[in-house]
Amino acid sequence: MEKPLTQHIVPGRQPLSLKEYEKVGGYQSVRKILKEMTPTEVQELVKDSKLRGRGGAGFSTGLKWSFVPMGPEAAQPKYLVANADEMEPGTFKDRVLLEGNPHQLIEGMIVASYAIQASISYVFLRWAYKLAAHEVTKAMHEAYEAGYLGKNILGSGFNLEMHLHTGVGRYMCGEETALLNALEGKRANPRAKPPFPQVSGLFGKPTIVNNVETLCNLPHIINKGADWFMQLGLTDDAGTKLYGVSGRVKTPGCWELPMGVTIRELLEEYAGGMQEGYLFKGLLPGGASTDFLVEEHLDVPMDYASIQAAGSRLGTGTMIIMDDQTCPVGFVHNLQHFFAQESCGFCTPCREGLPWVEKILLAIDRGEGKPEHLTTLDFHTKYLGPGNTFCALAPGAMEPLQSALKYFREDFERHIHEQHCPWSKTKAWQPSI
Amino acid sequence: MLSIEEKQKIEHEISLVPSPKNACIEALKIVQHSHGWISDDSLKDVADFVGMSTAELDSVATFYNLIFRRPVGRHVILLCDSISCYVMGYDGIRDHLYTALNIQYGQTTADGRYTLLPNCCLGTCDRAPALMIDNDLYRDLTVEQLDEILSKYT
Repeated sequence: MEKPLTQHIVPGRQPLSLKEYEKVGGYQSVRKILKEMTPTEVQELVKDSKLRGRGGAGFSTGLKWSFVPMGPEAAQPKYLVANADEMEPGTFKDRVLLEGNPHQLIEGMIVASYAIQASISYVFLRWAYKLAAHEVTKAMHEAYEAGYLGKNILGSGFNLEMHLHTGVGRYMCGEETALLNALEGKRANPRAKPPFPQVSGLFGKPTIVNNVETLCNLPHIINKGADWFMQLGLTDDAGTKLYGVSGRVKTPGCWELPMGVTIRELLEEYAGGMQEGYLFKGLLPGGASTDFLVEEHLDVPMDYASIQAAGSRLGTGTMIIMDDQTCPVGFVHNLQHFFAQESCGFCTPCREGLPWVEKILLAIDRGEGKPEHLTTLDFHTKYLGPGNTFCALAPGAMEPLQSALKYFREDFERHIHEQHCPWSKTKAWQPSI
Repeated sequence: MLSIEEKQKIEHEISLVPSPKNACIEALKIVQHSHGWISDDSLKDVADFVGMSTAELDSVATFYNLIFRRPVGRHVILLCDSISCYVMGYDGIRDHLYTALNIQYGQTTADGRYTLLPNCCLGTCDRAPALMIDNDLYRDLTVEQLDEILSKYT
């Protein structure tokens, strides 16, 4: 089984130095594009490979790039930003790539920058990833020394600066336009689109923001081609994917596997099944902002189209398992607490709606729920849904809520009828947050 | 007053961006690094230096949860309270910290040693529950380990 992204990552071992990385073929893709390919050819190759964004939205990477103005008339400088602000609850995949092989990310960023002719690039890294900051800084320094970054890279005339920017918190920074505001020293509110960042992004210049995992795929696509990349996937979606499983399973972890392995394979073979004494109840397939899937979905392949057909989203591909001993109301309350707290407060439905949802869920969890509360929750899933808010935060928050109300409605009703949380070990209410 | 060293570091950040205002978050990070938090005086110093009003800079400073606008202890404990840690029982860790430190979220111990804050997903969900103290990440936490961990910081 090919594992291009993690082949040189050994947990607990130092990442490869630049010299070691070069010995195993590192930076070959940079030599290749600078010598043999035009930026348009790189864009076309990546489009042909069917690589889709690994940050959660799943948009075609090559297509995203194609909206960047090219040629001598285009605004300068252009920017490339690696979105390393991994903050989707339940997600821990980019950490593996950042800590494990930072040169692969830098190489991918050079490829992406060349494809859109960007001359300045940033790694936007979340504050908590201290080891990643250390490794990326070290690797960046080595890449400058070796002439892969800076002026006139390998004598090609192509210039690229790279900077590391560490954030100061807030989930909103993962949204690409909010991330750009954060980089500009502003509140990380999302921006109105259009204009799209490809045309007017960082400091008003053409900008591409790509996820870490997306960027790490690029060197391999350049070296081995679009057909090779497409055949890696088991279904129509191309490539491999870093999948993760967390919760009450025997061996939680993160694995690079062909795109399209089933949920069951991940859960039973890789995560070792449920821990003794715990039964599977449901899962969020790709982070906190994806709809619940349940037992009937276990044989669904973990790819974009299949998970969507099952009523959820692949998201980040890192699933969170809900076991039978975790209260579904408490579980969803924890998620909504997170989203209410992380709302930037810019648009009313999100700012006002999410705390309302959180308070209702808390009341139900405390045994103070009323039957009409379920109606209120139901209408929030519509009013905070797609099209009613400024960005995707609130619609994302509604995904686990609407599916919990569908699959676990009886559990919500039981809380209300019994005026007590059936999962609570004590009679007295204990705060879940 | 900003120190000479702080000014030099902020100047460097300003040199990398189109306008001094664009470096304001970096400037806040630099000042917080040396003072531990951003006091009203520091806020005004930074605002003057980058050419912003204090109100505008405070709107940025208060947006970000890791810019501290109130004094914190010598060490800040960030306990992950997101979903995987919830499932894996972070509440037991929280309750033990409450008791051991005799503080709750948002508070600082009487000796100024620790401030305890909840934090979003630390991105180590396969090894939940997790917390950070300053730059150190602790995972696969059990209540039994906590006292030893806490004793490492003075």
